[in-house]
Amino acid sequence: MDEVVAVRRVVKRFGAFTALAGVSLTIGQKQFFTLLGPSGCGKTTLLRCIAGFEDLSEGTILLEGRDIAGLAPNLRPVNTVFQHYALFPHMTVAQNVAFGLKMQGMAPGPRLKRAGEMLELVHLSGFADRLPSQLSGGQQQRVALARALAPSPRVLLLDEPLSALDLKLRQAMRVELKQLQEETGITFVFVTHDQEEALTMSDRIAVMSAGEVRQIGSPREIYEAPVNRFVAGFIGETNLLPVRVASFAGGMARVVLPGGHQLTCPGAQTAPTGTPHVSIRPERMTLVPPGSGDLDASVERLIYLGTDLQVLARLADGTALHLRMQNSARATPPGAGSTIGVAIEEGAARLLAD
Amino acid sequence: MTGRPDIRRYPGFAAMAALCLAILYVPLAVVIAYSFNDSTSLTNWGGVSLRWYADLFTGVEAPRFRAAAWNSITIATLAATASTIIAAAAAVAMVRGGRFRGKGATFALINLPLMVPEIVTAVATLIFFSTIGLMTGYLTILIAHITFCIPFAYLPIAARLEGIEETFEQAARDLYATRAQAFRLILLPLMMPGVISGFLLAFIISLDDFIITNFVKGAGMETLPTAIFGSVKQGIKPNILALSTVMLTVSILFVTLSYFVNRLGQRSRA
Repeated sequence: MDEVVAVRRVVKRFGAFTALAGVSLTIGQKQFFTLLGPSGCGKTTLLRCIAGFEDLSEGTILLEGRDIAGLAPNLRPVNTVFQHYALFPHMTVAQNVAFGLKMQGMAPGPRLKRAGEMLELVHLSGFADRLPSQLSGGQQQRVALARALAPSPRVLLLDEPLSALDLKLRQAMRVELKQLQEETGITFVFVTHDQEEALTMSDRIAVMSAGEVRQIGSPREIYEAPVNRFVAGFIGETNLLPVRVASFAGGMARVVLPGGHQLTCPGAQTAPTGTPHVSIRPERMTLVPPGSGDLDASVERLIYLGTDLQVLARLADGTALHLRMQNSARATPPGAGSTIGVAIEEGAARLLAD
Repeated sequence: MTGRPDIRRYPGFAAMAALCLAILYVPLAVVIAYSFNDSTSLTNWGGVSLRWYADLFTGVEAPRFRAAAWNSITIATLAATASTIIAAAAAVAMVRGGRFRGKGATFALINLPLMVPEIVTAVATLIFFSTIGLMTGYLTILIAHITFCIPFAYLPIAARLEGIEETFEQAARDLYATRAQAFRLILLPLMMPGVISGFLLAFIISLDDFIITNFVKGAGMETLPTAIFGSVKQGIKPNILALSTVMLTVSILFVTLSYFVNRLGQRSRA
């Protein structure tokens, strides 16, 4: 896949604070690429660097092979959907959408026609002559999308665009955004702190923390094969078990679990540093009679979650463990205080790099 | 309800309020009322008439007032325009310029004329003009007015600007607008209510100024306030009451307009 954006060793400092500590990543043609991380991880800063609102302290950013690091925002063929939309309050919806085209020098006739098409694309055809203040939050969001897409940018940057919407609308917009991206074939770079948003929409996700990229991969890779403790813990729920590495070769490790049972697990490309841990998702473990699984644990508490029951248990060495069992009449939940066996699905345990 | 005491129930509140209002407004009310007096006396009521308003245009002092009014209005217009442009530029630099060395000092310098006693500014300005050898007259009044009007124009513009999120300009720049286009097409229209409000305020301040004007105007040059003062020195005639009422009306009109323009802007911003 051709790369559209290449971020090379980008460092961004604000005074003594380092917002980006040497970030490198490439974003392919027609990808829905998500920058995911907790607030303050540098994801928005990186987006603003690509848009041109921030100068780089070090490194370069290439757009289709061209170094754009020194270019002003108006000279970069990328457009942004801002978190709070930033629709021009003194212009109508149509004028907002046509603004970029006007700045590019398109004549009034064609640009209003194009604005009309864009509004149709986001299902707001009848709203061309309204002012932004006369629209709902969801509608403003769509206008912001139409405005940013109208000049056909090489890359569309989206800065947490769904965070200001309520839950229902947010879920509907996820599907719509993904459709829009597929229809237009434009590369989307999407910033969010919401892992569910990231998992449902993205082709690729870069998980960031403290100004660094911690892992890049497809949603499935990120979720099922996290490479370090941060990613394993940030995306979804997981169990981190301290292990001893018995042997390690070519990304496959033989590890000894607490309690002595041995397990072969894929994971880190290099031997882990510090105390090695494996990550196991709660839904990848099943309850079995004591002694017949990979681990034995004593049940501390059962939590009713509707579709599932969450079982909170503890291993003999004190490590906390939580797993899920389906809330069904066929399975009898274990009582608190009882001892259970836990079987780990093949390949479910991942050896982490730190 | 929320435990906030009702101020109207404080003992003596009504009497105090009435006294304050009386001290502030009874003299004004008297001036307005007697400007419609048909008598030449300032104390005896001789029936309602507009003769003193007519006298402003046809009386003995009419040419003097006309010239003074012309000077006042042209100076106020020019001074308000110039000071608004300077203040707008200063506000954009202060609010949008990021952090720079001496920002606090700059803010103090812009607003200093509000704090320096006017008589000091008047003396200093006169000394300055005579030192550089500038003949006092229309031009010196205009320069002095532009200077002291800047902070009055600056405050509403800066306040307005601080309420405008920077993302609007960023969005414009993102959509291929140059710096100048982003300013002209986005920031300027959004800050316009503040600019108009600042202009109106500066206009009134200039129209109204007496002390500095009196120092730097030179001989034979009059604005309305100095003309009124000159006229009053020979005894107050009812035509002065009429002139004062006209100026009061213009002032109230402008300040009200300024207030509503600002309010309008506040609403459109939401």
